[in-house]
Amino acid sequence: MAAPQQQKLKVNGPVTVTANRLTDGVVVWRTAAGGWSTDIAEAAIVTTAPEAIALLESASTPHNEAVGAYVAPVVLSGNGAIGPGNLRERIRVAGPTFALPGAEPHAS
Amino acid sequence: MYVYDEFDRTFLAERVAEFRDQVTRRLDGALNEDEFKPLRLMNGVYLQLHAYMLRVAIPYGTLSAHQLRRMAHVARVYDRGYGHFTTRQNIQFNWIKLDNLPDAMAELAEVGVHGIQTSGNCIRNVTTDQWAGAVPGEFDDPRIWAEILRQYSTLHPEFTYLPRKFKIAITAAGHDRAAIKVHDVGLRLHRNDVGELGFEVLVGGGLGRTPFVGKSIRPFLPARELLSYIEAIMRVYNQYGRRDNIYKARIKILVHEIGAEAFAEAVEAEWEAIRDGALHLSDEMIADIRSRFVYPAYEALEDEPAEFVAAMGDPRFATWFANSVHAHKVPGYSIVTISLKPVGAPPGDATADQMDTIADLADAYAFGEIRVGHEQNLCLPSVARRDLPELWRRLDAAGLATPNVNLVNDIIACPGLDYCALANARAIPVAQEIAKRFADLDKARGIGRLHINISGCINACGHHHVGHIGILGVEKNGQEFYQITLGGRADEQAQLGTLLGPAVSYDQVPGLVEDVVATYMELRATPQELFVDTVARLGVEPFKERVYAAH
Ligand code: HEM
Ligand code: SF4
Repeated sequence: MAAPQQQKLKVNGPVTVTANRLTDGVVVWRTAAGGWSTDIAEAAIVTTAPEAIALLESASTPHNEAVGAYVAPVVLSGNGAIGPGNLRERIRVAGPTFALPGAEPHAS
Repeated sequence: MYVYDEFDRTFLAERVAEFRDQVTRRLDGALNEDEFKPLRLMNGVYLQLHAYMLRVAIPYGTLSAHQLRRMAHVARVYDRGYGHFTTRQNIQFNWIKLDNLPDAMAELAEVGVHGIQTSGNCIRNVTTDQWAGAVPGEFDDPRIWAEILRQYSTLHPEFTYLPRKFKIAITAAGHDRAAIKVHDVGLRLHRNDVGELGFEVLVGGGLGRTPFVGKSIRPFLPARELLSYIEAIMRVYNQYGRRDNIYKARIKILVHEIGAEAFAEAVEAEWEAIRDGALHLSDEMIADIRSRFVYPAYEALEDEPAEFVAAMGDPRFATWFANSVHAHKVPGYSIVTISLKPVGAPPGDATADQMDTIADLADAYAFGEIRVGHEQNLCLPSVARRDLPELWRRLDAAGLATPNVNLVNDIIACPGLDYCALANARAIPVAQEIAKRFADLDKARGIGRLHINISGCINACGHHHVGHIGILGVEKNGQEFYQITLGGRADEQAQLGTLLGPAVSYDQVPGLVEDVVATYMELRATPQELFVDTVARLGVEPFKERVYAAH
C-alpha cells in the first residue's frame, strides 16, 4: 500500500497500470489496446517487471486522458475475473468504505 | 465580520479567469500535467485517490451566512452534496470535476473565498480561536492580527517558494483553542505589565513526521511590530531552511538543529535591520483594519430570560446547553458549538442541506456569522440566550444538536485511505467505529473531556500527536495497523503523546480504546480528574499493562 511514487517495481504477481482520468479524476485502467477504461475488467494484466515498465511507459507518454499512472497489483480469480490487489486499490474501485453523507451532484 | 474591499474582489475574479484559461489549455493538451499541476495546486486543487479535491480557506475561521450558503450551493451543484471541514479552518470539496472547477471557483469568488495559498510552500491560511471576539477575557480580537497577516502574506513574492509549507496560528485568550504550540509560528496575544498589547512569539512547532512543540523566542513583541518581526523570521527560515530534503525542510527542523537561541539571535539581528522600515504598522493602519471588523449590535439582555429558564426544564435541552454552550463576553449572549460529529458520521462533514440550515439559523439567531474550529466543528459566536431553546430545536431537527462536544466521540480524523493518496490506513471508519462504541452519551459525559485524534499517515493531518488518545495509521505487509499514543494535548500545555505499545490491527483499535478508557475510569483520582491528567500523573505503563494483557 505504499504511495505510488515510492513504489519500487518489484513485480511478484499480476499487475496492471492505473491512473485518474484528467477531466474528472475518475479511476481508470490501461487497456491492452492502449486506451483507458473505467472498468477494471478491461485492464491489461502483466506479470513481469519489464512488461510492467513497458505498460507504464506506454501510459505515461504525453497524453491528455489520464494523470498519475502507476503500477498496481491485481488479483485474478479462478474464472479469470480481475480484482484490485490491495485495500488501497479496492477503495479506488469501490469508493470510500462508508456511506457518503450527500447526494449526487447536479452539474454534468 | 470583516468587510472585504474592491481590491480583493477584482483580484479574485481575475484569478478565476486565469485558472479557467489554464484548465482549458490543460484539457486541450496545450499544457501537460507537469506544467499544470503547480498551477492547480496554487489554487488549492489536489488530485486525491479517486477525484479532484478543492481546498478553500476560511480566513481565521470566520464565515458569513451568505458565504456558507454559497458553499452549500457548490457542494450541491458541483460535488456530491457535502463538504468537509478540516483541522486548518478550511473546507474541502472532495468530488469536483476539473472542467467544473472554474465555475465552482467563480461562485466562491463572488462571496470572497478561494483556495489560493491553501497548498504549496507558502504562508498558509492563518488560523485562530473560533471564539475570537466573543469569548470573555480576551486581550484583543486575534482576527484583526490574522487579517493583517493575511494581507501581508497573500501573494507575497518573497515567501511564495519557501523551503516548505508555513503555518501561523494566533490565540488571544487564556485557554488556547488554536493549538499555537504546534504551528510553525505561534502567536500569543497578551498585555505586558504596563498594559501594552503584544505577542509572545513561538517558533518551530509542528506535527507530521518529526513533531515538535514550539519554542518561545520572544516573550513580548509590541503588537505593531508584528509584520517586521514575522518578516525577520521568514527571512531567516527562507535563507537557512533546508531545501535538499523535503523531510527536513520545515522551520521546526531548522530551529531544532541550530537551537532556539541561535535562531532567535538570527531573527533579532534581521529584525533590527528592518524594524523601522515599511513594515512598521502605524496606528492608522491598525485602526483601519480594526474598523473593517463589524461587530453585532448587541442589545442589553438578561442572562436568564423566561424562555431559557423554561427550556432548562427539558433534560435534553439542559444537556445540550451544558455541553455545547459557552459564556459570552456580552451578558445575555452565548457561544454555541455545533457538533459535526453525529455518532457514526464522518467527522467534519456537513451536507449541503445542513450548511443551508446553519446559514439560516445564523441569520435568524447569530447576526449571520459562523465560525469553523480546528476540532472540525462549527460555532455560532453570538446567540441571545432567549433564542437558545428555539435554536436548539431547529438544530436538533437537522441532526446538528448531538451533545458530544469535547467528549470521546467528538473525534478529529483526517480523510485517510478512503480519500487521500498519501495514506497508509483508513481514519474515518476508525473514528466512526470508536464513536459507536461510546454511543451512550450519558456514559461519554461520565468520562469527561477526552480528545481522540486519528491520522491515516505520518503527515499528521488529524493531529494525532496531540490527541489525548492519538491514533496513527501505519502499514505492515499490506495491512492497516495503528499506533496508539496517550497524553498528548494541543492547548496551552501542549505536549506530544507517548507511545503505548506495539501497533494493533484495524479490528483491534475500537476495543483497545475502550480498554484505555475503562482503565482511566478505574485509575482516575477523582471523577473530576481528566483523562489527560490521569495519564500525566501515572504515565502510560498502567494503561499498557492492562490494555495489552487484554489483547
Ligand atoms: C489532499 C489531501 C491532503 C494532503 C495531500 C495533505 C498533505 C499533508 C502533508 C504532506 C503534511 C505534512 C507536512 C510536513 O510535515 O511537511 C500535512 C500536514 C498537515 N495537514 Fe494535511 N493533507 C491533506 C489533507 C488534510 C486535511 C483534510 C486536513 C485536516 C483535516 C489537513 C491538515 C493538516 C495538518 C493539521 C497538518 C499538520 C501540520 C504540521 O505538520 O505542522 N490536511 N498534510
Ligand atoms: S495524515 Fe496522511 S492520510 Fe491523513 S490526510 Fe494527511 S496525508 Fe492524508
